Amino acid sequence: MANRKILKQGLYNPKNEHDSCGVGFVVNTHGQKSHKIVKQGLEILTNLTHRGATGYDPKLGDGAGLLIQMPDKFFRSETKNLSFKLPSLGHYGVGMLFLPQQKKARQICETIILKIIKEEKQFELGWRDVPVNNKNIAKAARDVEPVIKQIIVGRNDNVCNSQDSFERKLFVIRKRIEIEVQKLKIEDAAKFYINSMSSRTIVYKGMLLASEVGVYFSDLLKSSVESALALVHQRFSTNTFPSWDLAHPYRMIAHNGEINTVQGNVNWINARRKKMESVLLSKDLKKLWPLIEDGQSDSACFDNCLELLVAGGYSLPHAIMMLIPEAWSGNTLMNENRRYFYEYHAALMEPWDGPAAVAFTDGKMIGATLDRNGLRPARYLMTDDGVVMMASEMGVLKFPEEKIIKKWRLEPGKMLLIDTQVGHIIDDQEIKKQLCSEKPYKDWVLKSRFFLEDLKAVKSSFKHKNSLLDLQQGFGYTQEDLSFILKPMIEMGQENSGSMGNDTALPVLSNRPKLIYNYFKQLFAQVTNPPIDPIREDIVMSLVTFIGPKPNLLGMNENSPAMRLEASQPVLSLDELDQLKSVHLLTNNQFKSITLDITYELSKDQDGKKMKAALNSLCKAATKAVNNGFNIIILSDRNISENRIALPALLACSATHHHLIKEGQRTSTGLVIDTGSAKEVHHFALLAGYGAEAVCPWLTHITIKSMTNDFISAQEKYIKAIGKGLYKVMSKMGISTYQSYCGAQIFEAVGLNSEFVEHYFRGTATNIEGIGIKEVAQEAERIHRAAFGDDPILMNALDAGGEYAFRIRGEQHMWNPESVAKLQHATRANQFETYKEYAELINNQSKCYMTLRGLFSFKNTKSISIKEVESAKEIVKRFATGAMSLGSISTEAHSTLAIAMNRIGGKSNTGEGGEDQRRFIPLKKDSMLSEHLSAEVIEKDIALKAGDSMRSRIKQVASGRFGVTAEYLAAADQIQIKMAQGAKPGEGGQLPGHKVSSYIAKLRFSVPGVGLISPPPHHDIYSIEDLAQLIHDLKNANPLAIISVKLVSETGVGTVAAGVAKAKSDHIVIAGHDGGTGASPLSSIKHAGTPWEIGLAETQQTLVLNQLRGRVIVQVDGQMKTGRDVVIGAMLGADEFGFATAPLVVEGCIMMRKCHLNTCPVGVATQDPELRKRFTGQPEHVVNFFFFVAEEVRELMATLGIRKFDDLIGRADLLDMEAGLDHWKIQGLDFSRIFYKPKVSNNVSIYNNEKQYHALDIALDNKLIKRAKLAIERKQSIEFDLEITNTNRTLGTMLSHEVAKRYGNDGLLDDSIIINMNGTAGQSFGAFLTKGITFNLYGEGNDYVGKGLCGGKIIISPPKLFQGNASENIIVGNTVMYGATSGEAYFNGIAGERFCVRNSGASAVIEGLGNHGCEYMTGGTVIVLGSTGQNFAAGMSGGIAYIYDPHNLFKKYCNLSMVTLEKIEKKELQNKELRHLNKSDEEIMKNLINNHYKYTNSQAAKLILNNWDNELKSFVKVMPIEYKRAISELYASSTKEVA
Amino acid sequence: MGKIKGFIEFPRIVEQNIPAIDRVKNYKEFVLPLSDEEAKIQGARCMDCGIPFCNNGCPVNNIIPDWNDLVFQQNWKAAIDVLHSTNNFPEFTGRICPAPCEAACTLNINSDAVGIKSIEHAIIDKAWENNWVVPQPSKNKTGKKIAVIGSGPAGLAAAQQLARVGHDVCIYEKNDRIGGLLRYGIPDFKMEKYHIDRRVKQMKAEGVKFKINKNVGKNIDPEVLIKEYDAVILSGGAEWPRDLPVPGRELNGIHFAMDFLPLQNKVVAGDKISDQITARDKHVVVIGGGDTGSDCVGTSNRHGALSVTQFELMPQPPEQEDKSMIWPYWPLKMRTTSSHEEGCERDWSIATKSFTGEKGKVKQLIGVKVEWRNGKMQEISNTEFKLKADLVLLAMGFMGPQQTMLDKFLIEKDQRGNVKATTEGEKAYFTSRKKVFAAGDIRRGQSLVVWAIREGRQCARSVDEFLMGSSVLPR
Repeated sequence: MANRKILKQGLYNPKNEHDSCGVGFVVNTHGQKSHKIVKQGLEILTNLTHRGATGYDPKLGDGAGLLIQMPDKFFRSETKNLSFKLPSLGHYGVGMLFLPQQKKARQICETIILKIIKEEKQFELGWRDVPVNNKNIAKAARDVEPVIKQIIVGRNDNVCNSQDSFERKLFVIRKRIEIEVQKLKIEDAAKFYINSMSSRTIVYKGMLLASEVGVYFSDLLKSSVESALALVHQRFSTNTFPSWDLAHPYRMIAHNGEINTVQGNVNWINARRKKMESVLLSKDLKKLWPLIEDGQSDSACFDNCLELLVAGGYSLPHAIMMLIPEAWSGNTLMNENRRYFYEYHAALMEPWDGPAAVAFTDGKMIGATLDRNGLRPARYLMTDDGVVMMASEMGVLKFPEEKIIKKWRLEPGKMLLIDTQVGHIIDDQEIKKQLCSEKPYKDWVLKSRFFLEDLKAVKSSFKHKNSLLDLQQGFGYTQEDLSFILKPMIEMGQENSGSMGNDTALPVLSNRPKLIYNYFKQLFAQVTNPPIDPIREDIVMSLVTFIGPKPNLLGMNENSPAMRLEASQPVLSLDELDQLKSVHLLTNNQFKSITLDITYELSKDQDGKKMKAALNSLCKAATKAVNNGFNIIILSDRNISENRIALPALLACSATHHHLIKEGQRTSTGLVIDTGSAKEVHHFALLAGYGAEAVCPWLTHITIKSMTNDFISAQEKYIKAIGKGLYKVMSKMGISTYQSYCGAQIFEAVGLNSEFVEHYFRGTATNIEGIGIKEVAQEAERIHRAAFGDDPILMNALDAGGEYAFRIRGEQHMWNPESVAKLQHATRANQFETYKEYAELINNQSKCYMTLRGLFSFKNTKSISIKEVESAKEIVKRFATGAMSLGSISTEAHSTLAIAMNRIGGKSNTGEGGEDQRRFIPLKKDSMLSEHLSAEVIEKDIALKAGDSMRSRIKQVASGRFGVTAEYLAAADQIQIKMAQGAKPGEGGQLPGHKVSSYIAKLRFSVPGVGLISPPPHHDIYSIEDLAQLIHDLKNANPLAIISVKLVSETGVGTVAAGVAKAKSDHIVIAGHDGGTGASPLSSIKHAGTPWEIGLAETQQTLVLNQLRGRVIVQVDGQMKTGRDVVIGAMLGADEFGFATAPLVVEGCIMMRKCHLNTCPVGVATQDPELRKRFTGQPEHVVNFFFFVAEEVRELMATLGIRKFDDLIGRADLLDMEAGLDHWKIQGLDFSRIFYKPKVSNNVSIYNNEKQYHALDIALDNKLIKRAKLAIERKQSIEFDLEITNTNRTLGTMLSHEVAKRYGNDGLLDDSIIINMNGTAGQSFGAFLTKGITFNLYGEGNDYVGKGLCGGKIIISPPKLFQGNASENIIVGNTVMYGATSGEAYFNGIAGERFCVRNSGASAVIEGLGNHGCEYMTGGTVIVLGSTGQNFAAGMSGGIAYIYDPHNLFKKYCNLSMVTLEKIEKKELQNKELRHLNKSDEEIMKNLINNHYKYTNSQAAKLILNNWDNELKSFVKVMPIEYKRAISELYASSTKEVA
Repeated sequence: MGKIKGFIEFPRIVEQNIPAIDRVKNYKEFVLPLSDEEAKIQGARCMDCGIPFCNNGCPVNNIIPDWNDLVFQQNWKAAIDVLHSTNNFPEFTGRICPAPCEAACTLNINSDAVGIKSIEHAIIDKAWENNWVVPQPSKNKTGKKIAVIGSGPAGLAAAQQLARVGHDVCIYEKNDRIGGLLRYGIPDFKMEKYHIDRRVKQMKAEGVKFKINKNVGKNIDPEVLIKEYDAVILSGGAEWPRDLPVPGRELNGIHFAMDFLPLQNKVVAGDKISDQITARDKHVVVIGGGDTGSDCVGTSNRHGALSVTQFELMPQPPEQEDKSMIWPYWPLKMRTTSSHEEGCERDWSIATKSFTGEKGKVKQLIGVKVEWRNGKMQEISNTEFKLKADLVLLAMGFMGPQQTMLDKFLIEKDQRGNVKATTEGEKAYFTSRKKVFAAGDIRRGQSLVVWAIREGRQCARSVDEFLMGSSVLPR
């Protein structure tokens, strides 16, 4: 790291960097080497350019490279001029080296290299300088450009008798060199790095633009450079700091995706170190450590691990299957052998979990695999002459269509493998069948597996001595823990929801003692990888846990498998814990458990020494236990009593876990926590994250017993609720298995000091320092003494809590009776003085330690007169209201905000729920709201003024895409992509059916009364380059709107923001963790995300360091309440400010926190007509509020001596920590990283003053618009032809914008503009295509075809010359027609995963599709003339799908939780009540299939049509249960009206 | 939590009274408590607010949502535990508190508040009925001695709190019975006195000593107390009535309300009073439109007055306040008390110009209509009137504590003549003299019983901290 140019500074930490990208390979299956393959590799790279990114300098790419086979011919000719003779291929290896720029440093490195080669008994053959041409590369890349050399190593046949063993030796040599050079900490601009060292492969890569790889490395253009395969990669990084080594490919892989569990995986690898033994590597194994160098990217870590497995003797596909297993545990469709294979290996290695398309090669085989959920795209094709090309998208390499014999895609969890030595493709089935039957895995598993659930039952004999109340108090229980946490779980089997945000003090600021759990915040996926929907996509999720020692990772030749103890989930009952205690009896002494007491004698522990000592002796005891042969360690705090205090279980757990890792003993034992403190989901997640394989919440069980008469059922529900909650927590980071979550440390600490964290929670981020062991001990002691003391309040009751609602003896809240009343009175009466009293309450720092900013103060500067300060009128333009959908809040509340914001020139936000077009029209005269929106939809009328507008200037685009049409987007000034929400980052949302009124349904293109689901991820954003694509799509959909991306503060958000800026977002919102919500699980409201002060500061610093700050507008939101908040936000780097809760309070919200119950008594957050009548908000009040805030800002600016608001932005140097604060917990806080102002030259912007370049001027759509001018302007019909290629992305969207802005969603007459095209379409073909436009393509589509389709027609047929059978080849990629609202599509071929997700009204015909088809669909019609993948119709609540299923297989693939399968009835027979679109099924189907045939000449369609009556019986109808109810109700009400 | 939609389903039910015609015949309480079912429904209306404004509106911060919910679940025993955790004497507040909690109730924004006070009333009555109110003597004695001067609600609350944490507490009362204003200021028909007696019994069992007829400053030397005790709490109330210095004030038949009301309470208690001021067969004029005035009206009617008229100097408040600007605070609005219902003429914006009389006895009041402009009062010309008046009761509020005792204690007073002491911070309730504390009306001036209880409790914590270094008593 020493030579990395940009080091950790302020809040920026290079550890947080992410990358993603385009990946591809081309291979001659017969292993015929040619230069052509190399050239084709370079061509793929060039055509993948748009999947990468550039920094502030357009020449500064994020890195690209290529891996080829050893070009023997080339080296043979090159070495002619060198002073040595090259042995035959396979007898020499080449190390491709990045060396320091300074000669001296270089020489040191070279000496080490030679020394180690010699020590490993191989020969140095010679060096070669690699010629490079760096004229074209960016200066920043050149500044750190390494000297590139090759070392040629000769094989000593006496030591290495085969090429495989030589490869292993080269791996050892390389690791040793890396480790040794690393130790030197060389200071040089360029980093020492070994790209590859192999006798089979060589890697050429660098900090280059994709198209520059061939230019920079002239070697590659030499015709003597021949290879049978080329693996290429184009990187999209979230920063702009040039780092040559981070380019892919690595030695064996190129990776598109992200390993979410990497921290845990690395820990576990280290933990195995002592237990690992390998026959093949034998003594060399020891030389490899540290196997995984600190501070590498996730891909590099993965590469290291893969190398180890392969060197250890696993075949490449075998190793890949261990690292990225398919979802096997709940998969009933999987072959038995395969399931046992995975289960067997699960005990050896936890999954490296996350979205991934990994292409891998060892020089002989090349292949690729996809993660279990298929979250990255990978398509491939085969030609008749044995070439296979795989890439993230099609079109990157052109082949004559008539030569192509197969076009397919990589499917979730599946592998594609080409063995050039065997000479053909080995498909997934074949490889896996072979590997899975190599060894008797089934026998092994059955022989070695114990299921906890199957062990002989043991009745727990536990009796507690202290009273239940004292015990509960001893573990920090509050009344809320019973009423808000446990009660709902034992009644409903799931975690409770809450609403509005979190306005309590941060734990480190709270006066009340807190459990240590509260200092940790859950991390979550945003942008760089997708969260998972654990409910609808539960097929990929698993809570299976292995309790006990882990087998030798490299012991593949040991034929007696190690015993394993498996449990289906990690929450243990009292009985199960007792089973573990007597496990030796139950398992025939295979397992031996020991219980370590984690309580210790209570005594005054002022400096935490006693707690420290208790932890030390615990660790020692653990080591001793392992040495004595115990292989399950149970940490238990049941011994708590008046005189014995418990170590915080999390601390004990993590300390033991890390201690055992350090000692190399962790994989020798299981770790089980038996604690009274674990109650809620967050606690279990933390214990798991820091190493617990299972947890017994013993006190919770006893507590539940006291709360119910039916303990068995209550406990079952509780365990289920925790399981669901764990799914949620894991999935919000995109992790699907408990096994890989265990130890993965997906948390950051807020308010713990680094020393403490480094000691006990190693590897966890902590940014503002805070308390350490001393205060942790004191808090524990306080809780303990209160529990067992004389406090009369606690004699017969638990502490009130007050975390979830304001309680008089509870935690403080910023929104309290005083502040709410003062704010409402001030804004209603327009009294600035009262507002100032309100602001004083909020801002007052001396009394309440609530927020970080509460502890900030302003440095003394020379003040100016307030008259000189920018006017309030200007300042209010920077204000926006938060994204609150019509649905979460009432029509009255929603439009009041819009009117107010338009009056002041600020912006309101639609939220995710569409917007009534009637609101787009400005008002000409004074009038009433109901005159414009019609009286039926208004319960409380509001007086409007001439010039008012109800249009929300910000249109939100969230994962549900509700109401997102071309017209909606055209009416935006800003389009906000919600990546995450402060109250529930990484999660979706749900609007229950009873809130979906007919008005809301209309706006969302759904059916009244049918519940709506917003998925956790945007299904078109699984990584950063996908986001870039969506930004591009939306920019096309409205070139005048600025595109905004909303992120939530967490560690690393700055790096994500930099990536987002590079993805061309114009605007970035950083939301605090505490923002409001209509409904969210309580643990998410409380425990995910961090305060915006940290996230905003990190964003500002990272953007400034990357020189990207100027081109984006940064907005901050999250509990913004006063002018002081605004000023601090500006100083930390915000241009704009979002307010949500405060304006709602101004409208009358009194923080009932009942939004999710629809019972808001003031008509704000409810759809109940009676309650909406009680709404009293007025636009004037909201206007008053914002002007008050602006006035307060001006007063502060005057004091600070700042005239222009722009001059305030980024001035973190004006902030200081409030002096003389007297609070026992806050002494350790250190805000210097927040206040850090990066040192950059004056010309680097620190606020927004530039614009992004979106390259719309060069888009093909400009041509389309020109050619369709008559149609657009005069509604004439027009038709023309066009050639397209994959780089023509987002085709037709700007054209659609031209139509939508004139004619809205009504568009033009059908087929007004017909464009006939040939070629491979780029991503987002026909996105938001409007009515009247028809795209007729011969060729194929990539991902996102017809995204947001609104009325247009898309037809794709195979190229005319293509020889394959259309219904057996892929024609469109993933996530096709996502969020379509209307229109039609006909695809003569197969689609990838997630076809028609969130369709709400379009019709589509397709010949077959992948997993998760029609997920979350709420309307529209889908006809599948072939088979579907798994999990079809998950979360589908509306619309209908008809599946051609002659062999009656479909039901296995369909997710039946929300739909039923029905037969198709003849039109005469079909019940009128249940008709989709008021037509019979037969009519609908016949019409669409007829069209399909007519448009695409589909042979499948033809066959069906020819035999209609018979074939109709082969169809099955997928009918959502809710939809069925809703249409019959609608039918009933419509007939009633008629009558 | 109540019932999720209870506030929409059920109306507010208020406690019913025995008909006026019946209740004026005696001095018994006439409020009919809620039945269990009624209380349950009222509890169901509580919305379990994210911010329960009610418990902030309540000076003792009663945890209202919790006991509303417990009553909804009919868990009365737990309800009284929660109620007692913030309020030593709910039977007093459940009867005579004007219920600022209900003004602050979220439902009061646009509907009718939850009947909080009636629920409180029901809870504590149920608790007494079931013998759930038992002495809670402390396990350990501290050996510290505390004198409490004045046995009104502030003194009682402070004493009970302190006794429960093991201090030896002795209450000094200048009158012949314990209770202060509760005893002699509040008529029996509003609160019968056995409520005080049984609390006193409870407190005695908890170790509190009571000394009656001890007028500190007169028959007890403050300095002796300060010397003998580890702490002294002044909780003597604010009993100095505001006078009406107009011509004729010296006439017989013009009395302060506090000369009138206590005598009746003594009579009810069985004392023989030879010279009771009675309203029987008299035209009674009550001057002052507040609660004490109301009590005079109610008592006069019970005496058998010929007529009762009540005047208020300030204008008539609106029937309905502007809730959007006032909620959750206490509104000024037209209130008709139960005593008014029993018969009384009321008028507002009336100033008394003088009294006239015969043979030294008042016969007539001369008043005038006034109007208020910018906070200034002006007589309206030609509105002078005369009214028959045989008994005039002055109920115009209190100026502050009786000064003599304070002077004897040599402690600092604030501008209004109250004992100077703050309520927040490390030195809360400390007076300028070491070891001497003050709580209740004597510190804050004339106020509500519930404020007195609050101050007594908070003062107790301060004293406990002062004596012991720390305290587990809640504030």
